Amino acid sequence: MKRLTDTHPPGPGRPTYLDGVRAAAPIGVAALAFGVSFGVLARSAGMGRVAPILMSATTFAGSAQFAAVSILGAGGGLVTAIVAAVLLNLRYGPIGLSAATTFEGPWWWRVITAQLIVDESWAIAQRDDGRLDRHLLVGAGLLLLVCWTLGTAVGVFAGDLIADPESLGLDAAFPALFLALLWPQVRERSRLLAALGGAAIALALMPFTGPGIPIVAASLACLVGARRTP
Amino acid sequence: MSAVWVTVAAVGLATFAIRAAGPLLLAERTPPPRAQAALEHLAPALLAALVVTQALGGDNGGFSIDARLAGLAAGAAALLLRAPLLVVITVAAVTAALVRLVT
Repeated sequence: MKRLTDTHPPGPGRPTYLDGVRAAAPIGVAALAFGVSFGVLARSAGMGRVAPILMSATTFAGSAQFAAVSILGAGGGLVTAIVAAVLLNLRYGPIGLSAATTFEGPWWWRVITAQLIVDESWAIAQRDDGRLDRHLLVGAGLLLLVCWTLGTAVGVFAGDLIADPESLGLDAAFPALFLALLWPQVRERSRLLAALGGAAIALALMPFTGPGIPIVAASLACLVGARRTP
Repeated sequence: MSAVWVTVAAVGLATFAIRAAGPLLLAERTPPPRAQAALEHLAPALLAALVVTQALGGDNGGFSIDARLAGLAAGAAALLLRAPLLVVITVAAVTAALVRLVT
């Protein structure tokens, strides 16, 4: 993250887990509010109290959870709900690949820390050179996991204590976050091409596929990087 | 087991496996230079796709043009003015909230 690393000179002052927590704090507010609305939706869909909280703590993926619960609540069927949610989470395949070399330690530890990958923690961990900072990712991921699960619990037990997150404009915070973290990366021509390609693929597929697929397909735009190697 | 618990378990396990796949497959292996170069271009491609889908995506696929787009535009303006991340996000949210308030 550009502005965070600016305040920490390269070398000894590398970002810490706490820096990740701090960097994710503003987006944690949005995660908390959407967690509440997920809890409320899940409760009204007849999921009870424990299942939604456990789902937030384990699946930890907003859009997929909203999709699965909406489908169940509308009587859309078990298989439809599972397929929709899994399709939405397929993007964590390519996202996990891009983060793969970031993790350290034995295989089981890498698998556990990889569970902290969500769009936002992965985005916050971006360095300008296209690699990721593990400390930022883990710190941001932990904070977002706590906010999302806590929000779900509040929604399940207390209902709509917080105003509708969309009326607060919190849904607009996410594309702005991703744009802000993309910004410093596209100064280099080949990365700008990859970004334009990814956006174009996503735009082209959005009208025709279910949600989730456009992002997975957009990862193919990374191949512009393979073209130009020393 | 009820449909709810089957869904929670199935989606949870599938998501766990998807997240684990990359870090397991690429473990301790340095990919060949061309693959490494492609991997380093995954981030901008995916970030750009996330911007597009989060700003324009509808609930059930397709497009939905709404206040998010105004929020994103305001956030982009803040970026051009070199505002820090917190300001960019806040400007986007406040703009979208205001647009929803007046429309």
